[in-house]
Amino acid sequence: MIPFQPGTETGGATKFNKETKMKTILAATSALALVAGGAVAEELNIYNWGNYTNPKLIEKFEAETGIDVTITDYDSNDTALAKVKAGGHGFDIVVPSNSYVPIWISEGLLLESRPDQMENFENVDPQWVDVEWDPGRHYTVPWQWGSTGVVVNTKYYDGDIDTSAIFMDPPDELVGKINVVPEMGDVMGLAIMYYGGERCTDDMELLKKVRDGLVEAKKKWLGMDYGNIEKFAKEDLWAGVNWNGSTFRMRLANEDIAYGYPKEGYPLWMDSVAVLKDAQNPEAAKAFQNFIMEPENAALISEFARYANGIKGSEEFMPEDMMSAREIVIPEDLKAAGKFMKTCSPETQQIYTRIWTDLQK
Amino acid sequence: MSDATASPTAPGELEAEALRQDHRTRWLMSLPAIAIILCAAAGPLMVMVVYSFLAPGDYGNVKWEFSTEGWVSVLLQRDIFDGTLAWADAHLSIFWRSLSLSLITTVVTLLIGVPTAWFIATRPDGKREFWLFLITVPFWTNLLVRTIAIQELIRAEGVINLILLKIGLIQEPIQMMFTNFAIGFGMSYVYLPLMVLPVYAAVEKLDFRLVEAAHDLYASRWKAFRLIILPLIKPGVIAGSILVFIPSLGAYVTPRVLGGGKNLMFGNLIELQFGQGRNWPLGAALSLTLMVAVMIALIFYVRATSRETHNG
Amino acid sequence: MAETSLPATPESAAAAAPRGRAYNARTLPGFATVAICAFVIIYAPIIILVVFSFNAGTTLAIWEGFSLRWYAQAAANEQVQGAAIRSLYLAGSAATIATVAATMAALATTRTRRFPGRTMIYALINQPLMVPEIVTAVALLIVFAWVKVATGHNSMIYLIAAHTAFCIPFAYLPIRARLETMDMTLEVAASDLYASKKQVFTKITLPLLMPGIIAGYMLAFVISLDDVVITEFVKSAGQDTLPTYMLGQLRRVVTPEVNAISTVILLAGAILVSLFFWFSRGRE
Repeated sequence: MIPFQPGTETGGATKFNKETKMKTILAATSALALVAGGAVAEELNIYNWGNYTNPKLIEKFEAETGIDVTITDYDSNDTALAKVKAGGHGFDIVVPSNSYVPIWISEGLLLESRPDQMENFENVDPQWVDVEWDPGRHYTVPWQWGSTGVVVNTKYYDGDIDTSAIFMDPPDELVGKINVVPEMGDVMGLAIMYYGGERCTDDMELLKKVRDGLVEAKKKWLGMDYGNIEKFAKEDLWAGVNWNGSTFRMRLANEDIAYGYPKEGYPLWMDSVAVLKDAQNPEAAKAFQNFIMEPENAALISEFARYANGIKGSEEFMPEDMMSAREIVIPEDLKAAGKFMKTCSPETQQIYTRIWTDLQK
Repeated sequence: MSDATASPTAPGELEAEALRQDHRTRWLMSLPAIAIILCAAAGPLMVMVVYSFLAPGDYGNVKWEFSTEGWVSVLLQRDIFDGTLAWADAHLSIFWRSLSLSLITTVVTLLIGVPTAWFIATRPDGKREFWLFLITVPFWTNLLVRTIAIQELIRAEGVINLILLKIGLIQEPIQMMFTNFAIGFGMSYVYLPLMVLPVYAAVEKLDFRLVEAAHDLYASRWKAFRLIILPLIKPGVIAGSILVFIPSLGAYVTPRVLGGGKNLMFGNLIELQFGQGRNWPLGAALSLTLMVAVMIALIFYVRATSRETHNG
Repeated sequence: MAETSLPATPESAAAAAPRGRAYNARTLPGFATVAICAFVIIYAPIIILVVFSFNAGTTLAIWEGFSLRWYAQAAANEQVQGAAIRSLYLAGSAATIATVAATMAALATTRTRRFPGRTMIYALINQPLMVPEIVTAVALLIVFAWVKVATGHNSMIYLIAAHTAFCIPFAYLPIRARLETMDMTLEVAASDLYASKKQVFTKITLPLLMPGIIAGYMLAFVISLDDVVITEFVKSAGQDTLPTYMLGQLRRVVTPEVNAISTVILLAGAILVSLFFWFSRGRE
C-alpha cells in the first residue's frame, strides 16, 4: 500500500542471512511454546489504527505461530477507549498512543503482560524502556513513534522551516495555502510551546495568548483536514502542520516538500501495543508482543507506515531511504525540542476543548 | 374520531367495535417497525437523557453525580478567561451554519431532484426501474471515495476548471476547493437520491389526464404545474425534504472533507464532546436539544400537511 | 460499466414516451434537460473514481499510468474483501427487514382518520432521522455492550439491528408518500366484487405500491452501505465494513484499493441493473 522503493524488497531478502533465520526459528518456537503453554489459542483479534498494520507482518506471524489473526480498525484514541471501556468488544490487543496509555492503565483496562520479562525485550532501545507513560514497560511494547511538525513546499518558501511560525505567523508567501491537521492535542501542544508554555499548562494568561494567536492565524489557513498527501504533492497546499511519516510520503511524491521540527517545541508520540484485561486470547496476544520486538519484524512495521519503531537493530532490515530521511532521523540540535505529549488533567482538557471550539466556531 | 365511549345502542356499538378492531390492527402492523426502533435507536437514547444530567467523567464517559452543567452550557457558558457568564455564541454560530447549509442543500436538491424524478417517472413502463437504478448505483460506492472524487472535479487543475479554461470562460482557475461552494455542491450531490426517490414514488402515480385537463384549463404550463401537479406530488416532496433536511443538519463527513474542516458543523461539535473534548453530558444535551427541536418542527409540519383521507 | 449505458437524450426520451398524444402532458419544459444534467453530474465523480482505480501510483489524485495493481492488491487483501462482503450483506439484510417493517407501518398509518397514537407512531418511526449519528452510536455502544457482556454473544446481529433501525424511516417515507397519492377506488371496487382482503392486497394494493417499495428499498440499501459512525461504535472484533475500513485510512493515506473495490461493486450493480432490465423487458 505504501510506495516501496524499488530496491527495498530485494535488499531485505539479501539481508535475510543465516543468523536471522536462526533467530526466526527461535522466535517461532518460543511463540509456539507460549501458545502450547496457554489455553488452546488459535485466534488473535487486533484492534489497531486503520492502515497501520503491515499485512506481511501478520502473514509472518500467522505462518510462524499458526494463530489466526483478525484486524479491526479504529480512527481515534477516544473511540478505541470508549469501545473497550464499554465491554463486549472481543478484542485482545489495542495500540493506544502514549498520552492515552496512563488512562488505559488507570481505568484498569490493560493486562499486566510484563513485556519486560519477555524473551525479545532485550531488543528494545534502552531510551524506550523507562518511559513516562509505562515505566519499565510492564504493559506495553513500542509499535511506532513519530513527531508532529511543520511541512513546507520549499519551492514557494525558502526561509527557516524549523519553526511553528510557519503556521502561527505565516510568511506572506504561504498565506492562504496552509493546512493544519485537525488534531486538538497536537495543535494545542505546538501552539502552547510556540508561546513558551509547558505541556498541559493551565497558565490562563498564556492560554489566552494561545487562543488569540490561533484564531488570528487561522484566517491565513486554507483548511484543517487530514489525508492531504495528494494536495501537497499537487501543490494545492504549500505548508502546514503534519506528521513526519506522512510528510515523508509527500516528499516521495514531490521532492520540494520538506519537514521542519519547530525549535520552539514540537510534540512526539509513540503508539504502543498492549494486551486487554478482558482479552479472550491473552497468550496469543503476549506472543504477538514478543514477536514484534524481533528487529526484523519491527522493520516490517516501519516499512509499511513509514514511522520509526523502538527496536534496536531493526534499521538493518529497513528500506534504505528511511535511514537518512530527515523526517525519520531528527537532527541532533532539534532533538531536545521534542516533547512527548502527556495526559492533561480533566480540567485543563476542558479548557483546551473550549479553545478548540472557539477556533473552529 | 376514536370514540371508545360511544353510546351503547347496537349500531353505534358495532361501529365502535369495528373502529377499535381497526386501530388494533393498525397498531399491530406498526409493531415490528416500532419494536426495532425502540430496541436499536430510540430506547438506547434514554441512556443519553440520563447522561445529560450527569457530570463528565475524567477521561470521557460520565461520573454518577447529578449535574445540570451539560444543559446549561448548551446556551450559556462561562468565559474561560474572565469568568463572565455569556451566551455560548460558539454553539449558536455553529448551529446557524449547519442550519443554513441544510436549507441550501434542501433547496438545491429540490430544484434538481424534482425534474429528475419527474423525468424518471415519465419513462415508459418497465424502463423506470432501470433509470431508478441508474441514479442509485453511483451511491453504492463508498461515501469517502466519492467525496474525494468530487474534490478532484473542483480542484484548481480539476476537470471543471480545465473545461472552463478551454472554452475561454475564465482566464484563471477558480478556487473552489475548501470553499462553501464545495460544501454545497458536495452535500447536494450526496443527498440527491434522498430527494429523487420519494418524489419519484409520488409522481409515478400521477394521473396524467388530470395534468392534461389542467393544461387545458391554464394556458401556461408553469401555472398548471404550480396549481395542479405540485399539490398532487406534495407528499413526495415533503418526504424528500425531510429526508434531505434533517440528516444534513447532523452531517459532517462531507462538509469536513470538502470544506477543509476549518469550521465545525453541529455534528462535529457533538462528536468533539464525545471524543477529544471528553464532555459527554454536554454532547448528550446538545444532541437532545437538536432532536427535540427537529421533532417539534416535524410533528407540527405533519399535522399541518397530512391528508385526512378516509375510504377515498 | 454503468456510465457507458447513459443513453437517452431528451429528444429520444420524449419520443419513447408511450400513449403519445399530440399534446404530451408528461414533458415539462426544461425538466428533461435538468435531469440529464443531474445524471451527468452524478456520474462525473464516479468516472474519476473508476479511472483512478486503474492508477499505477499510490494516490487517488496523481495519475501515474495504467495498472491493475490495486485490483491485485484488493484481491490479496482479505481484510478489505471481508469488509466489502460484510457491507453488502449488512446492507442487504438491513434494507430487506427495514422495508418489510416500513411497508407494514406505512399501510397502517396512512389513508385513515387520525387514530390514537398515530402521531406518536409517526414520530417514533422517524426518530432515527432526528439525532446526529454519533449520539445514537454512543447510546448503542453502551446498551449493546451490556447485552454483549451479559450474553457473551457478539455476532453481526447487533449491526443488523442498528442498521435496520436507522433504515426504517428511509424506507418508510417514500412508501408512505406513495400511499398518500394512491386513492382507494380500485381497492374498494375490488372488495365490492367480493375479492378477499388477501386478494385485494396482493392483486391491487401491493402492485400499486411497488414503485414506492422499490424506492424505499433502494434508499435503505444505499444508506446502510454508507454508514460509518454507528457501525464504528457497534462493531465487534472482525466486523469492519468498507466505510469503517476507509475511515481508518483517512488519517493516514487513502489508496486506490478502495476505488478498485468500489468499481467491482459498481460493476456488480450495473450487471444487476442490466439483468433486471433484460428480465423486465422479456416479461412484457
